Amino acid sequence: MNAIYALWLRSLKLYVRSRAQIIASLGQPMLYLLVLGFGLGPVFQRAGNGNYLQFIAPGIIGMSVLFTSVFSGLGILWDRQFGFLKETLVAPVSRLQIMIGRTLGGATIAVAQGLMVMIICLIAGFRPPNLLSIPIAIGFMVLIAILFSALGVAIGSSLQDMQGFQLIMNFMVLPIYFLSGALFPLKGLNVILKWVTRIDPLAYGIDGMRNVFGSANAAFNPSLDLLVLVVVGIVLLIVGARQFAKIEI
Amino acid sequence: MIHVQNLVKTFGSFTAVNDVSFHVPAGEIFAFLGPNGAGKTTTIKMLTTLLRPTSGAIQLDGLDPQTHQNEVRKRFGIVFQDPSLDGDLTAWENMQIHAVLYHVPHKTARVRSEELLKLFELWERRNEQVKKFSGGMKRRLEIARGFLHTPRILFLDEPTLGLDPQSRNQLWAHVKRVNEAEKVTVMLTTHYMDEADRVAHRVGVIDHGKLVAQGTPREIKDQTGTESLEDAFLKLTGSSIRDESAGSADMMRQFAKMWGGNRR
Repeated sequence: MNAIYALWLRSLKLYVRSRAQIIASLGQPMLYLLVLGFGLGPVFQRAGNGNYLQFIAPGIIGMSVLFTSVFSGLGILWDRQFGFLKETLVAPVSRLQIMIGRTLGGATIAVAQGLMVMIICLIAGFRPPNLLSIPIAIGFMVLIAILFSALGVAIGSSLQDMQGFQLIMNFMVLPIYFLSGALFPLKGLNVILKWVTRIDPLAYGIDGMRNVFGSANAAFNPSLDLLVLVVVGIVLLIVGARQFAKIEI
Repeated sequence: MIHVQNLVKTFGSFTAVNDVSFHVPAGEIFAFLGPNGAGKTTTIKMLTTLLRPTSGAIQLDGLDPQTHQNEVRKRFGIVFQDPSLDGDLTAWENMQIHAVLYHVPHKTARVRSEELLKLFELWERRNEQVKKFSGGMKRRLEIARGFLHTPRILFLDEPTLGLDPQSRNQLWAHVKRVNEAEKVTVMLTTHYMDEADRVAHRVGVIDHGKLVAQGTPREIKDQTGTESLEDAFLKLTGSSIRDESAGSADMMRQFAKMWGGNRR
């Protein structure tokens, strides 16, 4: 057993132990799914875009993966506050191993959360075109999860305390979510919005899933989706590792 | 075991540690005493690879913490001033994760964890989450964990802060036992002079970043012509009150309270 595995396992244990938190974190996607899915569905259909539930299911899955992975990356702030971070930082293991363990742990939790939301979507009436599309969509979830876990670690390593948390939430995570096209199609937007959505990595993750599920509203080529997620993911892993290496206690 | 030669640490224009030299032989319990902000924690941070000295030389077990960071880290255990346990994990899990981080083989880790948890009277509660422990139990667990990888040196930075006299006595009894059984060198800081007097073989007194006295508690008392180590300490360092500016960790804890940080 090495440090990466130990820290990965720790993330999972903490996740499984916070049952109340798991249930609470399913509440928000369910609300979006049910209220928007059934509330805006008729309008969406009348506008000629097809079934809204089919459309937002990948968006809602992407949202829960985004939130869970950023939060677990920001878990560094908790560990800093309660001291466990120090225990890992004075240990005779490289910071890179610690960072990878944490990132993979966060990503695993985020995928688990995404899977639960996917099951809820299936129960609510979402229908994938075929069974093969599900594992490919999970592949996209994994990429989204790693990318945003690394982002969370990068931010969590750079912040000194919890004060920045709300700021990150309001000025980063929510915009990433709302501008990703999770809730509206990315086609036919005005120029400004079009370019803003183009620089949002989550847009490519959700679009990737839409492509996999054969949605008529997918905006990009699936190989572009894949390429952007992999490249941005690698960049953020490097940034995260560098920021983590700089932490002082 | 610990060699410190002309150690200096400056932060901007402020000199936190000013030309400090001392030597702690193997197997000794050395108490590092000083008022708030005297430079104790800064010195310990430099000894434990967390801070780079501005100048001066350090050797732990013959190795320089700056050039042999990982080797040095394997050789010492540290119990910080503030807690560093994971409250959501059990006592046993905290021990096991430490074992992995310090490359202790799995089997050895199990045997030694059992020994240490029994010694520190935590064995019965090993499967409980640490957040349910009392302050004294948490401290005991941290010290037990510090011994897990069989360090040659154990650093204890104010380990008894906020504990009742019973827990303090018990804790020092354990530390002395392991010090004798395993010949671990212990360097500790405390504000309780009676503890230093009872536990330490030798003490060093630091004030304003300078080492103002060192020797056995008896020698220090004789030097200053006082009856107790506390009187000797006050005579050496004066009786004016030192204000230490709140560290970032303290500020964060305050903030957590405001946020209702009840995670543990």
